[in-house]
Amino acid sequence: MEERMLEQEKLAGMAKQIRRDIVEMLTEAGSGHPGGSLSATEIVTYLYFAEMQVDPTNPSWPDRDRFILSKGHAAPVLYAALVERGFFPREELLTLRKINSPLQGHPDMKKVPGVDMSTGSLGQGFSAAVGMALAGKIDRKAYRVFALLGDGETEEGQVWEAAMAAAHYRLDNLLAILDHNGLQIDGPVTEVLSPEPLEDKFRAFGWHVQRINGHSFPEIAQAVEKAKKVTGQPAIIIADTVKGKGVSFMENQVGWHGNAPSREQLEQALAELV
Amino acid sequence: MEKMATRDGYGKALAQMGAEFPDLVVLDADLAKSTKSFEFCKHYPERFFNLGIAEQNLMGVAAGLAASGKIVFASTFAIFAERAFEQIRNAIAYPKLNVKLVVTHAGLTVGGDGASHQAVVDLSIMRSLPNMTVIAPADGVETMKAVYAAAQMEGPVYLRLGRSAVPLIYDERYEFKIGQASQLREGHDVTVIACGIMVTESLRAAEELAGEGLSVRVLNLATLKPLDEAAVLRCAQETGAIVTAEEHSIIGGLGSAVAEVLVENTLVPLQRVGVQDTFGESGQPDELLEKYGLTVKEIKEAVYQVMERKNKK
Repeated sequence: MEERMLEQEKLAGMAKQIRRDIVEMLTEAGSGHPGGSLSATEIVTYLYFAEMQVDPTNPSWPDRDRFILSKGHAAPVLYAALVERGFFPREELLTLRKINSPLQGHPDMKKVPGVDMSTGSLGQGFSAAVGMALAGKIDRKAYRVFALLGDGETEEGQVWEAAMAAAHYRLDNLLAILDHNGLQIDGPVTEVLSPEPLEDKFRAFGWHVQRINGHSFPEIAQAVEKAKKVTGQPAIIIADTVKGKGVSFMENQVGWHGNAPSREQLEQALAELV
Repeated sequence: MEKMATRDGYGKALAQMGAEFPDLVVLDADLAKSTKSFEFCKHYPERFFNLGIAEQNLMGVAAGLAASGKIVFASTFAIFAERAFEQIRNAIAYPKLNVKLVVTHAGLTVGGDGASHQAVVDLSIMRSLPNMTVIAPADGVETMKAVYAAAQMEGPVYLRLGRSAVPLIYDERYEFKIGQASQLREGHDVTVIACGIMVTESLRAAEELAGEGLSVRVLNLATLKPLDEAAVLRCAQETGAIVTAEEHSIIGGLGSAVAEVLVENTLVPLQRVGVQDTFGESGQPDELLEKYGLTVKEIKEAVYQVMERKNKK
């Protein structure tokens, strides 16, 4: 793993490149979800460039680590990470959301190499991650399943069904990361329908819980390493993030949940992402 | 006549298949003793998982296991599979994962539990899903063979079973094939096409009608999707009149599937026997079948109606 572990600086550079990819593909697509893609950028970057055992030349390698983007609307951050990791050519990014493109608005496992589960309907990816972790236990495999959830997503009852099952079956090969950016379509998560306190809830559901700054690579690294040592229970890292992180006019703006930037806004964003 | 509930056929088949299919995993949602998936748990507890009263998660976990190479049988009551319809759609059917939804207690014959538990539109909604294979077997033997066939094919299957014991129509020699109708009785005046428990009723109706001078063919169309269109059209051509019979709403199920094929290809008249766009209620299974028009009587009436239309032409 050490050889794949990039230094902090390189990770930061990769995160910047992924952010550039995100705003470029969304501008070209004309629709999509920048806010929650940008908030999850360090998390996804860390997983694909410092943590997960995956093989771009053999995407369905049975022993690979799995990544489930349960908050499937953040597809751009996943597509960008897969491109940077070599799963498919970067030209395809500009086909996002266009007819005949493999890059659907929400990830399709049958169309995109490296996508481990089709997601988009909130809560459902988390259950699939539980199923994959269960399969790992049945087969006594060493792979881990990483699931990325949104905070708004935890309003879905299915999230808690899955959380219950993961703890019941002691799935310590499942590591969830919650992109806690505080905003959902209709406003602040705590105002729309508060799922808080999320730390207490997951603890009560039998999970090992950590809370970190989701934009800090050292904190992500430390938390992931600690979570991997947990045995007998699933682990979740609640990562405090800023929605729209890295693009000044998108940061903490609820309106940037599901709007694509214009050409001018793209220029401004790219100027900031250098 | 020997009887067996189709769900018992499911339990038996699972218990037998565990050794042959090492990747077989069975899930249930707190109804394992009722759906009979528990029969698998008895022999292969390490490959059986109870997910509790949480059907949305049941479907998602099934999808995750299937995406990891498992052949997943997931069971609950038919009505609770409907509850998790969107999970079935997005997590199973859309990515075409290898999940077999074997649902029991379908139709009115759940009995006393009443309308809240009587799935009468499930075939309609499952049949409309791309990638989904839909099977409603007629007896315990056909169920066992359908369960085996489902395990052998790649992709999602919805297998609809009942609660109550029903007469055995088939024996071990029966060769079940997904997508292939099974003709149970020859006849040239009219064909009754049925599925599930209505196959037995149709055979009884045909027998009575024979005494009244009518030659009635009976076709068991256990696979609603993919539909054996050739068999339906052959019956239409050879008998010139069709009646369908199902323990399900007349909207969207077997009757609709047959109608779709007929109207695009023929002018052959059709009458549908089924639940008349209504919910059920509590009662004994036979009382419910009588009250909601799912007996020999309604099949015979439909045969006479369709014969009248056929003869007018």
